[in-house]
Amino acid sequence: MAEFLRAYLTVAVFAGAAGLLVALLSTLGWAVRPSRPSRQKSIAYESGVDPAGTDFGQSQVRYYIFALLFVLFDVEAVYIFPWALRLEGYGVFGLVEMGVFIVILALGLVYAWRKGVLRWV
Amino acid sequence: MIAQNIAFAILALVATLAALRVVTTRNVVHAALYLVVVLASVGALYVLLAAEFVAAVQILIYIGAIVVLFLFGIMLTRATIGVESDLDNDQRWIAAITGLFLLGVLTFVLVESFGDDQLPGLAGVSREELTAQRGTGAVGDAIFSTYLVPFEVISVLLLAALVGAIVLARRD
Repeated sequence: MAEFLRAYLTVAVFAGAAGLLVALLSTLGWAVRPSRPSRQKSIAYESGVDPAGTDFGQSQVRYYIFALLFVLFDVEAVYIFPWALRLEGYGVFGLVEMGVFIVILALGLVYAWRKGVLRWV
Repeated sequence: MIAQNIAFAILALVATLAALRVVTTRNVVHAALYLVVVLASVGALYVLLAAEFVAAVQILIYIGAIVVLFLFGIMLTRATIGVESDLDNDQRWIAAITGLFLLGVLTFVLVESFGDDQLPGLAGVSREELTAQRGTGAVGDAIFSTYLVPFEVISVLLLAALVGAIVLARRD
């Protein structure tokens, strides 16, 4: 096996050990604890209050903006990683290019702010 | 090489089965969650190719952001969460034929452009060499030389997406 992939074997072993531990502890708990199910116990937990309505509630479209902002700046972050790794090599040129990239995206954030969609109501 | 092939077979199988469940499950939320399995398997395939940066991006963007957008989309629309019987419609056969055509075109393009070319194997290559060839730094070098203009254009594209979303979502 190639050296590169052997390193990732550690990840697989770790994941396997984690899964095994969860299975082991759950089985242990299931074997030891008493089981007395009741209707009251199987109600969904909603901050200590009895749940009201059905399980589906349509959410407001304003939350979509926050999800979309997250996606955009997530994509921005992806481009920053390779730049940060070679920051010294690129020097002023890299700084200016990344500056332009970030400023253009920051314009979007300023627009969102000015339009008032960032307010959490 | 054998271990790599076995890992590829397992990941490809998981991805294919999960992809089938995405389109056959009767629960929209389950479909979105099966999509997570598909995307994670594809991310693991990138690791098999020693493309760690692409794998990290796959997890970060697709699972971390795109699937969140899908779930938000489900929550915003009136689709009931739960089992639905009318998710399939008459267009599925047309969709299947379109999918087959797409598969044919992609296969043709791949075979036509790469043919018998072999990817350089990972065996006998040290980790340092691999990082120099396919690591995050190599991606950075490509962005800041050959693909500098597309990189800057992406920021404008993202800005346009953001402004468009705000205009569509605000009703006033």
